[in-house]
Amino acid sequence: MTGAEAANALFVATILVYAAAMFAYAVEYAFDRRAPKRAKALAAAGAGGPASAAEIETDTPAEAPISPAAARGAGRLGLVLTFLGTAALAASIVTRVVYTGRWPWGNMFEYTVGVAFAGMVTWLVLVSRGSVPRRLGLFATFAVTMVLGTSVRVYTEAGPLVPALDSYWIIIHVTAAIAASGILLIGCVFAILHLLKRAFDRRVSDGRPVRFPLNVAERLPDATALERMTFKIHVFAFPLLTFGIIAGSVWAHLAWGRYWAWDPKEVWAFIAWVVYAAYLHARVSGRSAKANAPWIAILGYAVMLFNLTAVNLVFSGLHSYAGV
Amino acid sequence: MTATLAPAPRRPKAAKRFRAFWRRWWHQLTAMRTALVLLLALALAAIPGSTFPQRSISTVDVAAYFDEHPDLAPWLDRLWAFDVYTSPWFSAIYLLLMISLVGCILPRLGVHWKALRAPVPDAPKRMSILPHHRVLGVDANQGRARAVLKQRRWRTAVREHEDGTVVIAAEKGYLRETGNLLFHTSVILVLAGVAAGSLMSWYGNRILSEDKSYCNNLQQYDEYGLGSWVDETSLPQFCLTLDAFDAEFTAGGPTAYDADVTYETGGETGTYDLRVNHPLNIDGTNVFLIGHGYTAVVTYTDRYGQTQTLHQEFLAMDAALNSEGAFKFPDANVDPETGRVDPGAEVGFDAILVPTFDDSTAMLLGTDPEPNNPVLALTAYTGDLGLGDGLPESVYSVNEEQIASGALRQVNDEVEVIGVGDEMTLPDGTTLRFDGVEQYAVLQVRHDPGGPVVLAGAVLLLLGLLPGLAVRRRRYWIRWNPDGTVETAGLNRNDFDGLDEECDELTAAIAPGHEPPGTDTDRPGSDQ
Ligand code: HEM
Repeated sequence: MTGAEAANALFVATILVYAAAMFAYAVEYAFDRRAPKRAKALAAAGAGGPASAAEIETDTPAEAPISPAAARGAGRLGLVLTFLGTAALAASIVTRVVYTGRWPWGNMFEYTVGVAFAGMVTWLVLVSRGSVPRRLGLFATFAVTMVLGTSVRVYTEAGPLVPALDSYWIIIHVTAAIAASGILLIGCVFAILHLLKRAFDRRVSDGRPVRFPLNVAERLPDATALERMTFKIHVFAFPLLTFGIIAGSVWAHLAWGRYWAWDPKEVWAFIAWVVYAAYLHARVSGRSAKANAPWIAILGYAVMLFNLTAVNLVFSGLHSYAGV
Repeated sequence: MTATLAPAPRRPKAAKRFRAFWRRWWHQLTAMRTALVLLLALALAAIPGSTFPQRSISTVDVAAYFDEHPDLAPWLDRLWAFDVYTSPWFSAIYLLLMISLVGCILPRLGVHWKALRAPVPDAPKRMSILPHHRVLGVDANQGRARAVLKQRRWRTAVREHEDGTVVIAAEKGYLRETGNLLFHTSVILVLAGVAAGSLMSWYGNRILSEDKSYCNNLQQYDEYGLGSWVDETSLPQFCLTLDAFDAEFTAGGPTAYDADVTYETGGETGTYDLRVNHPLNIDGTNVFLIGHGYTAVVTYTDRYGQTQTLHQEFLAMDAALNSEGAFKFPDANVDPETGRVDPGAEVGFDAILVPTFDDSTAMLLGTDPEPNNPVLALTAYTGDLGLGDGLPESVYSVNEEQIASGALRQVNDEVEVIGVGDEMTLPDGTTLRFDGVEQYAVLQVRHDPGGPVVLAGAVLLLLGLLPGLAVRRRRYWIRWNPDGTVETAGLNRNDFDGLDEECDELTAAIAPGHEPPGTDTDRPGSDQ
C-alpha cells in the first residue's frame, strides 16, 4: 500500500467511524429521558453552561424501547468513536504529509479535510471541558461528516505544490484560515441549534403544536445558553480569522507583488470578515439586533462556504489552486 | 401649519431646528445599529467586484467582457461595475462607515479617559439588588481585602461613610475598552495606508528573457500603473539583467522557479537569487518574480539568403504552458544589392508553442509544461504586416485586420508543426527554422509607501482585538455595615459567565473563615 492509499483508507475509515458515532449520539439524544428535566434544573439554577448541571436521575417512561442507562452508554460510545475517528483523520493527514513531504494544505481537498478536522477538534475540546452536553455531538458529527463528504467531490491526488504555494506562509496563513473555518463551523452549528430551540420555545409558549422536525429541539439545552455558546465560539474565532486574512495579504505581497488586489478570494474573505464584524456588533446593538445576530452568524458561514467552494471552482483568480 | 399660528421668533427657531436636525442625524449615523447596517451594506457592495472583471486587475478581461456583451457592458460601465472598489457608491458606504467610526471613537475615547482616572463608583445602598450578592458569616479584615484586591490587580476605591459604613469598590478589565478603541482606530489607520498607497504607489510589469536587461522607466514596462501623486520622472534609477532562469518540474507541474538577476543602481551592482515568495528590495522598491514562460528562437532565411534570428516571447494559454505568439519580419526580402523593397513581401507567422508535444495522440496541445518535446504550430502570412501605421498592436499575434482586409495572405492551408532544428519551407523557397526555446521571467516592480502603514495598522488592529474581545470588565464591592455585617457583590459590565466563581473565590481569599454559600443559589459543585 502506498502512502496515498494508506491516507485514503484512513480517510474512509474516519467517515465510517463518524457515521457510527452519529448513530450512537442519536440513540442517546432520543432515549436518554433525563434531558428535559435537566434543562429545567438548569433554568432554575439560572446560569452556567448547559453541561454543568449535575446528573439528576429521573424515572423513565416505561414505553421507551431503550433504557436511559443504555442510551447514555450509547452516548459514551459515540464520544469514544468521535475521538477514534478524529485520530484516524489526524493519521490520514499525517500520512499525506509523510508521503508528499510537504505541508498538507496544497489543494482544495486537503483544505476541506483540514476544516473538518479543526471543527471536530473544537467540538472535542468543548465536550472535554464540559462546556457542552455530549449528546449534541449528534449535530457536530453530522456537520463535520457533511464537510468530509463534500471534500470527496473535490478529491485530488496528493502531488507537489506549485511554486507560489511553496512558502512557510502557507503554514501560517492556511492553518489560520482552516482553524478559523473549523471553529466557525461549530459556531454556526450552535447558531442553528439556538434558532431551532427559540422557534420551539415560541411554539410551546403560544400553545401551538410542535411537529417534526422542530420537535427535535425539545432535547436541546436552554436557548439562552445556546446563544451564549454561539457568541463565545465566534469571539474566539474572529481574531483567528482576522489574523489569517492579514497573513494572507503578507503572503500575497511576497508571492504576487501586492498585498491586496480584490482577487475573488480576497473579496469574499473581506465580505466574510465584515459579516462577522456585523455579527459582533449586532450582539451589542439592542434587543432586536441581538435577536437577529444568529442569522448574521449563519450568513457569515454561508459566505465562508461560498468562498471555499464557488470561488475556487467558478471564479478565476490567482487563488485557483483548487487542483480540480 | 404651525408657522402661521406662531410666527413670532422665527430665526432662532430655525437655527435651533437646524442644529437639532443635524444632531439627530449625527446620533443616527454614529449609532451602533447604523454601523451594523453599513457593515452589511459594505459586504453586499463588495460582491459585484468578484462577478465582473475589474479594470484594476485586468483591463484585458474587461475588454473581453465588452466584446462578449456589447449591449450590456456600457450600461454596467456607467454603474462602475468594472471599477467597483473606486466607485462612488462603494466609496460612499465606506466613507459613511469611517465617519460613523470616528464619531463613535471620539466620545468613547473621552469617556474611557475619564473612567481610567475616576475612582471606582460606590456600591448602591441596597447591595442585594446586585447579581452576585453575598452576606458573609464572618468578619473580614479591611487591610487584607485591599491587599488581596491589589495583588490581583483590581483598581480600588475605599470610602468611609459618616454612619461608619466602609466600602471598598473594585473594578478590573479596563483593557477591554482600551483594546476596543485601539482596534477601531487601527481600522482607520489601515484605510489611511490604503489611500496613501493608491496615491503614492507605482508598479510595472516586465517580461524579461534570459540574458536581457532593462532599466526602470515606464517606457520599458509592458504594463504599468502610477498613483496620481507620483512623478514619473522621479522613479528610482536601476537596471536589471536576467542572467539565468530555471524552472523545475515534476510530473504534476512546476515546483520551483529560480531567476538569477544582476541589478545596477547608482554605480553599485549586486546579484540576487530571485524566487517566488522571495522578492528583491532595491531601496524600498520591490522586484517580484510572478511568473514565467517560453521564448521561441527562430531563424528566417529570405529569398536573398539573408537570415534573421528572432527571440520571441510567447504568452501562456493554460497551465501546461501551451503558448501563443507571433514572428514578424517586416524588413525581410530586401534585395541586398539594389536595396529595393519587394512590395508585399513582408512575412509573419502566427504560432502556438507546445512545450511537450505528444505525437501518439491527435491533440496538438500538450499536458506537460516542461519543454521535453517542444514544437511550433505555424501559419505563415505574406503581404503587409501593417506595422508602419503607428498604431499599437499585439506582439503576440499577426494583425487580424490586415488579414481581413486582404493585405496579408495566408500561405499554408494547413497548420505546419515543426520540432527543434526543423524547417518550414514557404512556397517562395524561404524558410523558418526553429532553433530552440529559452525561458523568460515575468517581473513585477512595485513601490508602495502605504504598505508599511497598512501592515502596522493591521498588527495594531489584531493587538487591540484580542483584549477587546477576551478581557471582561467587572466590578466587585465589599461593604462593612455599622451593624457588623459584611456584604459583597459583583457586577458584570460585559456579558460573560464565571463572575460567580470569581466573586466567591475573592471573598474566600478576603475572609478565609467564610463558608462559600451554596445556600444562595444551588449551583452544583459549589458546596464542598
Ligand atoms: C469599519 C467599521 C467597523 C469594524 C470593522 C468594527 C469591528 C468591530 C469588532 C470586530 C468588534 C468586536 C470587538 C468586541 O466585540 O468587543 C467591535 C466592537 C465594537 N464596535 Fe465596532 N467596528 C466598526 C465600526 C464601529 C462603529 C462605527 C461603531 C460605533 C457606532 C462601533 C462600535 C463598537 C463598539 C461599542 C464595540 C464594543 C462592543 C463590546 O465590546 O461590547 N464600531 N467592532
